[in-house]
Amino acid sequence: MRHTITVLVENTFGAFDRVATMFSAKGFNIESISIGETEIREISRMTIVTRGDDKIIDQVVKQLNRLVDTIKVVDLTEFERTERELALISVNYQRASLEEVKNICDIFRGNVVDINSQFITLEVTGPPAKINALVEVLTPFGIKEMARSGTVALKRGERAKPQKKEVA
Amino acid sequence: MTNKQKMSGADIFFECLRLEKVEYIFGYPGGATLKIYEKLYDIDFLTHILSRHEQGATHMAEGYAKATGKVGVVLATSGPGATNTVTGIANAYMDSSPLVVFTGQVPTHLIGNDAFQEADIMGITRPITKHNFIVRDVKELAPIIRKAFHLASTGRPGPVLVDLPKDVINSECEFNYPENVNIRGYKPTLSGHVNQIKKAAQVISKAKRPLLYVGGGVIMANASQELRSFAIDYGIPVTMTLQGLGAFPGTSEQSLGMLGMHGTYWANQAVNNCDCLVALGARFDDRVTGKTDTFAMNAYKIHVDIDPTAIDKNVSVDLPIVGDVKRIIAELRQAMPGKPDVAHWMKQINAWREDCPLHYEKEDGKLRTEYVLEKLSEKTQGEAIVVTDVGQHQMWTAQYYKFNHPRSHLTSGGLGTMGFSVPASIGAALAVPERPIISISGDGGFQMNIQELITAAYLKLPINFIILNNSFLGMVRQWQELFHAEKYSFTDLGASNPDFVKVGEAFGIPSVSTDKIDEVDGIIDQLLAKTDGPMLAEFKVVKEDMVFPMVPSGGSISDMIVKRLNPQRMI
Repeated sequence: MRHTITVLVENTFGAFDRVATMFSAKGFNIESISIGETEIREISRMTIVTRGDDKIIDQVVKQLNRLVDTIKVVDLTEFERTERELALISVNYQRASLEEVKNICDIFRGNVVDINSQFITLEVTGPPAKINALVEVLTPFGIKEMARSGTVALKRGERAKPQKKEVA
Repeated sequence: MTNKQKMSGADIFFECLRLEKVEYIFGYPGGATLKIYEKLYDIDFLTHILSRHEQGATHMAEGYAKATGKVGVVLATSGPGATNTVTGIANAYMDSSPLVVFTGQVPTHLIGNDAFQEADIMGITRPITKHNFIVRDVKELAPIIRKAFHLASTGRPGPVLVDLPKDVINSECEFNYPENVNIRGYKPTLSGHVNQIKKAAQVISKAKRPLLYVGGGVIMANASQELRSFAIDYGIPVTMTLQGLGAFPGTSEQSLGMLGMHGTYWANQAVNNCDCLVALGARFDDRVTGKTDTFAMNAYKIHVDIDPTAIDKNVSVDLPIVGDVKRIIAELRQAMPGKPDVAHWMKQINAWREDCPLHYEKEDGKLRTEYVLEKLSEKTQGEAIVVTDVGQHQMWTAQYYKFNHPRSHLTSGGLGTMGFSVPASIGAALAVPERPIISISGDGGFQMNIQELITAAYLKLPINFIILNNSFLGMVRQWQELFHAEKYSFTDLGASNPDFVKVGEAFGIPSVSTDKIDEVDGIIDQLLAKTDGPMLAEFKVVKEDMVFPMVPSGGSISDMIVKRLNPQRMI
């Protein structure tokens, strides 16, 4: 089963690497991983999308917690949540028409961010499934390049708050 | 701290070690640590032990740590010095031994430049340390050292590496040693859940066939006394893992010895038939469980461990209790509503013990490892610290030496590092000078850190180096015979072994050798009598013996092999 796990880590040298190293050392799968700042300067938030049965996910969460730099781990799969991913997709519009590609872009509530004589670059945001759907629709046109940010997610309603404790 | 005078990084380093009450550093100097060694020259509150290889230093520190429970400290230079510690660190990680390993590093402005003797030791050791640090500013040095010792020695212990760039050690700042450590992502759970403990006590007291499965965690937590009281008060039999040996007296009727791949027949039968298995500070390692689906399949499983990741990792349990095993055993003992009736169960276990005792060939008059170990156990009365290497002799020691005390059986369990025994025995000898130290190796492993003999000889440490020479990499040979079509590929050392007596003598160590049974007694007496320095004894044992019983890798107890199927193969 697909799980979205959010991890608050110390914003220190190598914290990201420790998580990635743990995943590879334990043979866990990573579908996507993203990291960025939070509202507290010394804390970063990682969002990890992984797959596994209950036993594996139990270990993933425990092993993440075991890392010294980890402050809090929440498996968001059990909660109401907002999940978003951003994609930049450069598409050949010569095979159809500019109009047609733009229409598709509108249906997916995307934006045009770049264009030249052959390619148009779309920016689209949404749950990963929506991005997958767009990619499927655009594939016949000829996708030249694509960049996806990986999923970021937050719990809906009450937010998983980082504990503000003094660090020695 | 009121001392606001500026100090150099090197001075701060030693001041921290003084405050951490470090007695020994095991190390080897080099370019990146010159400044530290310059200061060390005038330091008198700790002793630096010069190894002859950084791997040796790391195993020495682990021998010291395992024998005392204190943190073992290593100091190596950058690059090759640092990478040479890697096997020792991985070993300490697998066996949860508290180490703080300091490595020199090239100056911060050269990091990443492929500078002379540069290695990314942070990257290299990330998966094999509990945590690691690089000190990028001298102001961070004292807080990081404080945290390193705290992390290494608390919770589930483990190795912590601190990388020290040369410029940081040379620069200056005011010294402040934090009194307390507060790492918000690191708060080990110490108290077990009260209701879980109560429930466990109820289940155990009602069990008809209870069994305690004791691992190294009990020894690390200094919970041996609590275990003894609990097991003896309630008459529950105890089986131990390789690392758990010594937690409960091996001479007790209630001790079933070791379980698992080379465990006793009766211990494994007890695991297979128990109705309540209480795992204490053990991790259901594959060498213990074999096939996990059939491991203690009829038992209600209770698992006490300080590391939550150990719970349900290999075997799913019915009742987990996360916390300090020392407290929890004491609380379990208090919470027991009654004594389980184990008379019938003990009778059954003793029947298994009689059915299939540990056995080796005694009729042909040839010298065997088991005989030497039985004699050692008898003559030291289980009072020695025995440091084994890896392989057949290690398993035979676990079977035949009756350990009476915790921190007496030091061995490389998880990683299985050949070459562990010689250096680890040096650390143990420094730590516990009042007890006999016996280092046991095979002829293969003995050669893997042979350079450290000079460290023992130079320091005049009274270590008894025993080589059980069967002229083979015996355990690999055993698997080749059983599972690999008898292709003895590169395991026969007979033609290429050195003369071990001459080797010992070259290092200034009195050395003897024998292949005769009737000389064993005299040699062991001689070894134990010598207290002014090391001595070496080589026992030339039969070449092709195998360790039994054996549960083949991934097999069930029902697959246990108890003796050689084709005994005439024996030479």
